[in-house]
Amino acid sequence: MDQSFPAEVAGATTATPGAAGPETSTMAAAPDTALGAPLLDVRNVTLQYRTTERIVTATHRVSFQVFPSDRFVLLGPSGCGKSTLLKAVAGYIPPEEGEFHLNGQQITGPGPDRMMVFQEFDQLLPWKSVRDNIMFPLLTTKRLNRAQARERADYYINKIGLGAFPDAYPHTLSGGMKQRVAIARGMAMEPKILLMDEPFAALDALTRRTMQDELLRLWDETRFTVLFVTHSINEAIKIGNRILLLSPHPGQVRAELESLPRNTEDGDAQVALEHRIHTMLFA
Amino acid sequence: MSTTLSPKPGAARPAGPDTRPEPLVRPNREYQVAAFTDADAVERPIPNWQRVWNQTWLRKLVLIVLLCVIWQVYATYLDNELLFPTFSETMRSFWSNITNGVLPARAWSSVRVLLMGYSVGVVLATILSVAAINTRLGNDLLETLTSMFNPLPAIALLPLALLWFGLGNGSLVFVLVHSVLWVVALNMHAGFLGVSTTLRMVGRNYGLTGVRYVRTILIPAAFPSILTGLKVGWAFAWRTLIAAELVFGVASGAGGLGWFIFENKNQLEIPAVFAGLFSVILIGLAVENLVFRWIEKKTVRRWGMQN
Repeated sequence: MDQSFPAEVAGATTATPGAAGPETSTMAAAPDTALGAPLLDVRNVTLQYRTTERIVTATHRVSFQVFPSDRFVLLGPSGCGKSTLLKAVAGYIPPEEGEFHLNGQQITGPGPDRMMVFQEFDQLLPWKSVRDNIMFPLLTTKRLNRAQARERADYYINKIGLGAFPDAYPHTLSGGMKQRVAIARGMAMEPKILLMDEPFAALDALTRRTMQDELLRLWDETRFTVLFVTHSINEAIKIGNRILLLSPHPGQVRAELESLPRNTEDGDAQVALEHRIHTMLFA
Repeated sequence: MSTTLSPKPGAARPAGPDTRPEPLVRPNREYQVAAFTDADAVERPIPNWQRVWNQTWLRKLVLIVLLCVIWQVYATYLDNELLFPTFSETMRSFWSNITNGVLPARAWSSVRVLLMGYSVGVVLATILSVAAINTRLGNDLLETLTSMFNPLPAIALLPLALLWFGLGNGSLVFVLVHSVLWVVALNMHAGFLGVSTTLRMVGRNYGLTGVRYVRTILIPAAFPSILTGLKVGWAFAWRTLIAAELVFGVASGAGGLGWFIFENKNQLEIPAVFAGLFSVILIGLAVENLVFRWIEKKTVRRWGMQN
């Protein structure tokens, strides 16, 4: 499943990043057949949630496609249903309308082929050490035996720079370390797609920047596919190669943009893209 | 106008930007941090007496010894063995009843029945609360049953139990189950409800369902609450058992600690009554401080769920 071509394909077929290219229509773009089969296909999805008094539409007919090795970012202000959308991809919320397809198969419920990294620090099981936390899903899904799971857990523990603390319990770790373990846990499962729900939002600004850099470094090494939710324009441009802009109340696709190339030094392009996104979201 | 401050305190207005001076512009400064050589000041061992005093068991032991001394002094002053024997008298009786094998046999008989009733109660409580967390009907069932039976004293059921199960362990186990079940189920259910949404989603993300989900996610996550339920249930069971034995004498064939106390009261062997009570306390202390403390240390404390 190690495909590196889509990044190139995506770069070749889309407009220059940051340049004010022709706006696509606000409705979902027709599936681009030239790109081949998408990994995740979201088709006209309407999501609703119920409170005791009313039914609220979180997203309205949202469509997008994620291809292998994409760093696909869902960006929008609060209330645009981006987190709800991610939870629906994870299988926690059934869509009111439309369908989710992962590798051509319809998503019907939560499963370990879509590992989730949550925003909350309490997502690690407090009764398991760092290593056991990473091993647990591997064992419980019977993907690996104990020895293999341990080996893989240790590999990813080293990768996230926690090689000194495999036996530490989560409550002894800092917020950034916990999120790193959660990311390692997701990556160790080698899911078809890694779902990240504002994983760095609760971190302090310095740690957040470090974590963003680390995530990109990990991506450089394994090229995993990730669907990333954020409300920070800056983070979206930094993390993503493709950005889906959602408008609020209810969430609708405002645009799907190509981000800037990695490690770009072009401050002007960055400012221009940020400005463009900002205008689209708030004008 | 803005340069003069009002002298009257009542008319004082909040200091605004126009009444406060601009911050001073000061030069930037850099300092060299000298190497720290005085290692003693950074890290120093705790004095030995403090280390000893930090042991919880030692502090508790000192308290118990103190209480025993007060008991001894007061009973000596009272000088009435029928009403209030001294600590040393109680200990003598305790020791002689231990060595002649009566007290250990009675205690074992009580503990055995207790463990039976307790484990059955805990298993039933688990089944009930798992059903309650998974289905709405189970939830209603648990709520109705606990609100009906929790306030009902277990002892009040003993006459019925004796009718149904006869004189023997059966009726004791029945009232014990009743005294354990509801409180454990209530705490377990409250614990399950308190498990964070994130942890639940994590469990489902791993594809866990049913019993595996409960065993690997819900029970550990709700463990602080479950442990409280187990502790309270244990205390309830003890009380119920001793009371049942006291009220109805020898309900089981051999007779337990309650029966021992009852018997000795009838023979006016008051030091032996105290010795019986002392054994009840001793077993309670041992279970609380050894068994439950150990479980706590291995689980919730280690996991940082309790400080």
